[in-house]
Amino acid sequence: MKKERKPKVAAMLDSVSLQSRLDEILEVHRDREGALLPILHDVQEAFGHVPQEALPIIAKAMNITRAEAHGVMSFYHDFREKPAGRTVLKLCRAEACQAMGADALADHAKRKLGLDWHETTADGAVTLEPIFCLGLCACGPAALVGDRLVARLDTATLDTLIGEAR
Amino acid sequence: MRIYVPIDAAARALGSDAVADAVAREAAKRGVEVTLVRNGSRGMIWLEPLVEIVTDLGRMAFGPMTPADVPALFDAPERHPKALGLTEELPWMVRQTRLTFARVGVIDPLSLAEYELHHGLKGLRRALAMTGAEIVKEVTVSGLRGRGGAGFPTGIKWKTVHDAPEGQKYIVCNADEGDSATFADRMLMEGDPFTLIEGMAIAGLAVGATRGYVYTRSEYPDAVAQMTRAIEVARKEGVLGASVLGSGRAFDMEVRVGAGAYVCGEETSLLNSLEGKRGVVRAKPPLPALQGFLGKPTVVNNVISLASVPVIMDRGAAFYRDFGIGRSHGTMALQIAGNVKYGGLFETAFGLTLGEIVNDIGGGTATGRPVKAVQVGGPLGAYFPPALFDTPFGYEEFAAKDGLIGHAGVCIFDDSADMLSQARFAMEFCAIESCGKCTPCRLGAVRGVETIDRIARGDSTAIPLLTDLCNTMKAGSLCALGGFTPYPVMSSLTHFPDDFARAKEAAE
Repeated sequence: MKKERKPKVAAMLDSVSLQSRLDEILEVHRDREGALLPILHDVQEAFGHVPQEALPIIAKAMNITRAEAHGVMSFYHDFREKPAGRTVLKLCRAEACQAMGADALADHAKRKLGLDWHETTADGAVTLEPIFCLGLCACGPAALVGDRLVARLDTATLDTLIGEAR
Repeated sequence: MRIYVPIDAAARALGSDAVADAVAREAAKRGVEVTLVRNGSRGMIWLEPLVEIVTDLGRMAFGPMTPADVPALFDAPERHPKALGLTEELPWMVRQTRLTFARVGVIDPLSLAEYELHHGLKGLRRALAMTGAEIVKEVTVSGLRGRGGAGFPTGIKWKTVHDAPEGQKYIVCNADEGDSATFADRMLMEGDPFTLIEGMAIAGLAVGATRGYVYTRSEYPDAVAQMTRAIEVARKEGVLGASVLGSGRAFDMEVRVGAGAYVCGEETSLLNSLEGKRGVVRAKPPLPALQGFLGKPTVVNNVISLASVPVIMDRGAAFYRDFGIGRSHGTMALQIAGNVKYGGLFETAFGLTLGEIVNDIGGGTATGRPVKAVQVGGPLGAYFPPALFDTPFGYEEFAAKDGLIGHAGVCIFDDSADMLSQARFAMEFCAIESCGKCTPCRLGAVRGVETIDRIARGDSTAIPLLTDLCNTMKAGSLCALGGFTPYPVMSSLTHFPDDFARAKEAAE
C-alpha cells in the first residue's frame, strides 16, 4: 500500500499562519542551549497541541531529523498530537492522593464523564487525564482543572467542577 | 496593618487567593491601610490558608481561613474564632530547626531587601572572598549530602567539577520533584527563591561555572513563575549577571520546564531533557561531573542541597555539621503527607524516629483510623509497617531496614490500604514512566503488573517469580526507576504478606 506522504493539515490551521507563528517561536529560542523543549512548550501553548506538520519545520531549524523531533515530542506525556477538550481535568493518581481516596474519585470522574484516561467528551468540553503529583500531598486528593489547582477534592466538588466545564 | 496571605500553591489550592481578595476588599471598605504580603507557606498545610497579622508581640496566625472569616480580623483579632496565637510559638514551629527553610513563609519571596534582612546573601558575600577550593572544602566539611535521594556527598561532587579542566562548566539544579509526598522543592521555590539562586551562585563560584539551569516540572506552574520572577529581580539587582555583587565574576541562570516525564528526575535523563532530547537515562561513567550538560563538567544537585549551601556558608560548616546523627549531618525537610492529620513541611535534624514523625508530629491519620503503612522516599521508597517505627531518620539507618529516605517524603496510609494494590501501582507507575532504555525496567515493570495480577487471582506460585523479577530489576536496571521499584513491591510483600494471601483465600 502506498504510504500517504503529504502531511495532513489540521482544519483550523492554514499552513501560512502555522509557518509564521512557528517562525516567531523559533526566533525567540534561537541560540538557546537545548531549545527543543521550550520550543515544543511554546508551540503547544500557541496551537493547543503540537501539529504534526510543525515537526519538519522545527527539525530543520534545530538541525535534527524529523524522526528525532518526533521522538522527543512523543517521549513526553505533556505534548499532544491532537487538541484537548476545552477543559483538561487532571486528577492526581500518585500515592499521597491514593491514601486519601484518589482511586475512588477517579472512578467517579470516569463514570460521570463516561471517559477513560486520556479521552475527551464527545462535546469537546472535558479531557480526563491522570497526573502524577502536583506537590499538594498534604491536602489530597488534588487536581489541576485547566490552570486551577484544587486540593481536598471530593465527589461533590468534582461534580461541580465538571458541571462548570460542560 | 501588615497582613500575610500565602501564595504557596497548596495554600492557593485551598483558597488563599479568595482570602487575599477578601482582605483587600474589607480593608478598602473600612478605609484601613493594609499592606498585603503574599508569602510562602509556613508548612502547616492543615491550617492553610493561614493568615498572619503583624502585632507588637509578633506575627499572629489565623487558620484555616475562608473569605467569610476575614471581616472579623479587622474587629478584634485576638478574639477571632480562628486565632491560633503567635506563629513562632505554635508547637509545629517551636519543634523545628529551620535552617534551609528559615525564610520560607516569613519574608516576601520576591523582596531582595527582606531577604537580606534575614541573613540573605551573607553566604554569597563570604564565598566571594574565598577561592573555589576553599568553598568546596567548606561544603565538604559541612557533611551535606544530596537531598534528592541518593545522599552523595555534595562537596565531593563539587570537587570533581572544580578539578575538571577549565572551560565552560554548568550548575544544574534538579527541581524535577516528581516523587509523591514531596513538595519541599516546590515550597522553597515559591516561598524563598532567592535562597536557591544564592546557593547556585555559590556553587558556580566554587567550581568555576558561569551558567546555571533550574530544571523543574510543568506540574509546578506556580514555582516556575515565582522562580522566573526571582531570577529577573536578582539580575536587576546585580546578584546575577556578568559581575555577581560587583565582584567581576559572572554567574547567570534560567528556568527550564520539563514535560511530564518522571524519569527526568534522574540526573542523566534530566541532562538529556535539558539538551532537548528524549529523557532517556545515560550509562555512567562518564559522570555528569565530568561530562554532563552538553558534555561539559556539570554539578547536578537537588533544590534542597543547593538551598542549604547559603546557610552553611553563612554560619560555617561546623554549625551545620553538628546537627544530625551518624553520617547524616544537618537538617532534613520532612514532608509529611498522605492520610495525615497534621501534614506539611517540618525541617529538623536527622535522627527522629519514623514513629515520632508519624504519630507525634503528624498526629496519625486524617481519617482517625490506625496507620497501616508509611511509604518513605516517594514511589520508589519502601512501605514501612508500624513495627519498624523505631527506625531513626537517617540515610544509613533506613538503608539498614531495606528502605530509603529519598527526598524525605513520608506518605501515611490508614488500615483501608491494600498493599497488593500499592505494589501493583508501583510496577504500573514504573511501566508508565520507564524511559525504555534498559530491559529490566522496560519489560520488568510490565511483567511485574502481570505477575501481581496473578497473585491477586490466587496464584501463590507467582510470589517467588515476583521476588525473582524484583531481584533482576534491582540488579540489572540502569537507574533508580527500575532499580528501586522493587523497594515498594518487596516491602509490601515482606511486611504485609496477608494482603497477598487474602486474595488467594478469596479465590479458593
